[in-house]
Amino acid sequence: MATSESKSPFAAGSNPSNPFLHGPALYALVTAYLVIVPSLAIGNMMSNPRPSLLGDILFLGLLGSFLLLHKAPLSPTYKGVAAAILLGAVLPYFGTFNQFYMDVMIQIAMFCVLATGLNVVVGFAGLLDLGYIAFYAVGAYTWAIVSTGQANNFIPGGHFPLGPEWFFVFLPITLLIGAIFGVLLGLPVLRLRGDYLAIVTLGFGEVIRVLLTNLDRPINITNGAQGIKGIGQPPLFLNPIFNAFGLNLNRAQTVQLHFYVLVAVILLTMLLVVYRLSVSRIGRAWTAIREDETAAIAMGVPLVRMKLLAFVTGASFAGAMGMVFAAKQTFVNPPTFDLIRSINILAMVILGGMGSIPGVLLGATLVTLLNLQILPRITSELEARTTLPAALDPAQYQRLIFGLMLVLMTIFRPQGLLPEERRNQELHGDTEVPSAVPDKPEAEPAPSSSTPTESGGTGA
Amino acid sequence: MATQSEAGAISAGTRRTTQMLLNQIFGPLLQILYFVIGSAVILGTIVIVLAFLLQGTRSDINLLQGTLIILPQVIVDSLVRGFLYAMIALGYTMVYGVLEFINFAHGEIFMVGAFVVAGFGLMLNSAGLLRDFPGILFVIIAVLLGAAVSGILAVSVERVAYRPLRNSPKLVLLISTIGMSLVLQDLVRIIATSTPLGFNARVLTPDLGSAIRLATLPNPGGRDINVIIDARSMIFIVASIVMLIFLNYLVNVTRVGKAMRAVAQDRPTASLMGINVNNIIALTFLVGGALGGAAGVLFGIRVQAINPYVGFLPGLKAFTAAVLGGIGNITGAMVGGIVLGFLEAFVASYLSLFTAGAFAGANYADIAAFSILIIILIFKPEGLLGEATVQKV
Repeated sequence: MATSESKSPFAAGSNPSNPFLHGPALYALVTAYLVIVPSLAIGNMMSNPRPSLLGDILFLGLLGSFLLLHKAPLSPTYKGVAAAILLGAVLPYFGTFNQFYMDVMIQIAMFCVLATGLNVVVGFAGLLDLGYIAFYAVGAYTWAIVSTGQANNFIPGGHFPLGPEWFFVFLPITLLIGAIFGVLLGLPVLRLRGDYLAIVTLGFGEVIRVLLTNLDRPINITNGAQGIKGIGQPPLFLNPIFNAFGLNLNRAQTVQLHFYVLVAVILLTMLLVVYRLSVSRIGRAWTAIREDETAAIAMGVPLVRMKLLAFVTGASFAGAMGMVFAAKQTFVNPPTFDLIRSINILAMVILGGMGSIPGVLLGATLVTLLNLQILPRITSELEARTTLPAALDPAQYQRLIFGLMLVLMTIFRPQGLLPEERRNQELHGDTEVPSAVPDKPEAEPAPSSSTPTESGGTGA
Repeated sequence: MATQSEAGAISAGTRRTTQMLLNQIFGPLLQILYFVIGSAVILGTIVIVLAFLLQGTRSDINLLQGTLIILPQVIVDSLVRGFLYAMIALGYTMVYGVLEFINFAHGEIFMVGAFVVAGFGLMLNSAGLLRDFPGILFVIIAVLLGAAVSGILAVSVERVAYRPLRNSPKLVLLISTIGMSLVLQDLVRIIATSTPLGFNARVLTPDLGSAIRLATLPNPGGRDINVIIDARSMIFIVASIVMLIFLNYLVNVTRVGKAMRAVAQDRPTASLMGINVNNIIALTFLVGGALGGAAGVLFGIRVQAINPYVGFLPGLKAFTAAVLGGIGNITGAMVGGIVLGFLEAFVASYLSLFTAGAFAGANYADIAAFSILIIILIFKPEGLLGEATVQKV
């Protein structure tokens, strides 16, 4: 997250409506939050490591500190150091107490990667991809097949299953396979108009799922509807470091900590890549395509190549993340990769704000928390207090909740919770567009001054 | 001046001869007939030739004979699938013609129709009337009821979720339709699970008659081939044809239909001509939704077991059909539905026969449908009957 902050408009830092909250007072306040909440959370874990309502709230507070760091007008160095300490020490230490919270954090990071990837396609380039989960499935099945005896069914020689040391060989390979599938799907369909693209990608996602279900005959490649179990996990390469710190961890904790490090590294790498791409020539070409394809062609943007690049960027990271997912779950089956997952990821992007990297991270975090923690928690609290029929269990309302979320967000806040600057102006600023027209001299200074205050205002 | 030209249009309209009228109503149906015969002949020839070529690969059964025996049944199945897709595809294509976006929630409108007939059957059954209810009357009431509920639902969805977004970027609108589709699925699920219907609802119907033997063809190699059509498929095909005739009348002959075509052609100009565009758009959703709901009722009567997620796949395939025929083109949607239905039924029935059971045909039929979509979009994006459009700047 820290990487995407360096050019934030808040860095210059003043919020005129709130004179108290800047300078040393703000630093003191944020530092106090960053010390008190984690110590409370860890203290609570030490006294009671089981998940509880209080634990959940403190966990939310812990994750909320990233939002605070993003929103507060602080120096980039402070933000970077604080985020690094939180990510590198506080969260993993907190997670060692309770496997459930650790698992939630790992899943949040995984969905952050997926949502960031889809954001490149939907948010940056404006291509609606409804079969995004297919790339994830391809990555997951690649590792599932080679790390179990499944591959022996169609590759002679009996080299399989591959050992855990092959994990890091296959990480780039699944990245590449994701990219290849992105090209395979992208080349024929990217010439289509936006809404056709949506339906073709949706069809592609279904085709991949149907293939996974049916490719157990005539040759057993995917083991059909039963799925593949016993998938290999990565080698525990960090053990010497943990031992050097004197951490006394059991097997499950060690494995989780490895996955934490793994997904965190992938996420940060991806954020760096995507951020650098978005501010590069390629990123500007994507924006141009999103805003007006015809004008973009006229300006010499190589349309198909740029769309393909967006597609491939998203697909390749989804492929690699799919592999990590397979290794983490040690089991994959076709229903894991159905349409509702794609829509879930789309909901993350829409909720956070299309085209906005911090927004999408927030969206992924909120949706994952909603799925894994908030809805089950509400259910259990309701069950403890009332006699609830099973049909009214809130955890079963995922479709309704995500559907409503999509509809309401598009109607009332299409720019998302943490909008991208440009989109915010575009979707909210029908009245501000004339200010760009030169025949209104009095409106000329408006764009430069209104940009920071307007977006600062949305946060307040 | 405006009244003058309107009067001119009306007098031109009244001067239409009966022949022209019949042409406008039945012309599209004739085109469908051509495509039905064409698809049946072409695909039938292909499978027979394939069976002849692959004759030696199967030792357990006589492949050619097996192919011939199931052929009439496959064609009946193709017709049912074809009319199902045609009726749903009309909803997509009409909305696309007027507003130029894909209404993802249309598959759910269809599913609601299926639940209406399930509920109707259940109510009659609990009142003890079902057994003695006349079959034809049951079908007519259920279709009208399903069409009314689905049509009104489609209009309300448009009013609530799409109209506020009419001037937003298309991507945003598309996302809203996806959201609406999920909302409808879950609302129906909640209603179904909290009533006696249950998640997997059974569609109870009165006795609709037994299978009808249309013909007996002599078969030189063995037993004769019976061309049998079961009553439910028969009802499906007849009812769809009736509704397609009604739709053609509405769109091609009436004043409202003319207004709909005008709005589809050029919305701003149509509004300048005194057409209330919002009303026409609502009407488009009403007609499209009603057709989808009626298709849902017929589907429910035929398959007899439904759940809240049955609308997704037929909806997706019907969209494929609409694209196949040329999206925005009403005759095209019908023709596309028929062609897709034939292709799918043939793949579903013959793939496992020809590959000795190595590929389960029913599953690969979905893949065939989507492959057709992708191929059509690459090579002929304007569809079978559509006109190539030039993007205006």
